[in-house]
Amino acid sequence: MLFFSYFKDLVGQEVTVELKNDLAIRGTLHSVDQYLNIKLENTRVVDQDKFPHMLSVRNCFIRGSVVRYVQLPPDGVDVDLLHDAARREARGA
Amino acid sequence: MSGEEDATVREPLDLIRLSLDERIYVKLRSDRELRGKLHAFDQHLNMILGDVEEVITTVEIDDETYEEIVRTIKRNIQFLFVRGDGVILVSPPLRAP
Repeated sequence: MLFFSYFKDLVGQEVTVELKNDLAIRGTLHSVDQYLNIKLENTRVVDQDKFPHMLSVRNCFIRGSVVRYVQLPPDGVDVDLLHDAARREARGA
Repeated sequence: MSGEEDATVREPLDLIRLSLDERIYVKLRSDRELRGKLHAFDQHLNMILGDVEEVITTVEIDDETYEEIVRTIKRNIQFLFVRGDGVILVSPPLRAP
């Protein structure tokens, strides 16, 4: 639940989602769900020459399980809040 | 807010909890490694790391000499969410962070 809440707070910010197949997609975080499936808006592929598949795609739904990383805005979070939440979360979940 | 916090280490995730706000080393699948500051994690080992260095290791085999050429690619990312299903192990840094 921790990261679900975190991503909900991040809706509206620009992120870069890197998939397990090495595709990286930059876009505005539109929504997220409990599985950490992600919907992005206004998307563009990071390395357009290497991955021409999605040139015309502007919005997408990404299955949570195919995500490797999400690059986050550095000012997009309060680290102390995260630390506290992680301390409470991990035990007995 | 920070009422009762159990400081006893009982299970493996408690060990990781001790590393919050510290630099750690993470070994991932696909020959990747991360070094960064642990900001958050959960039971799936999803994590948020800060000031991260990613190292991707590739091994090429020369067609003629059959020697193994090991290459590493490094990348720095300021703030990174890592999905837990790619994580193999988590540890304090093996060298000076």
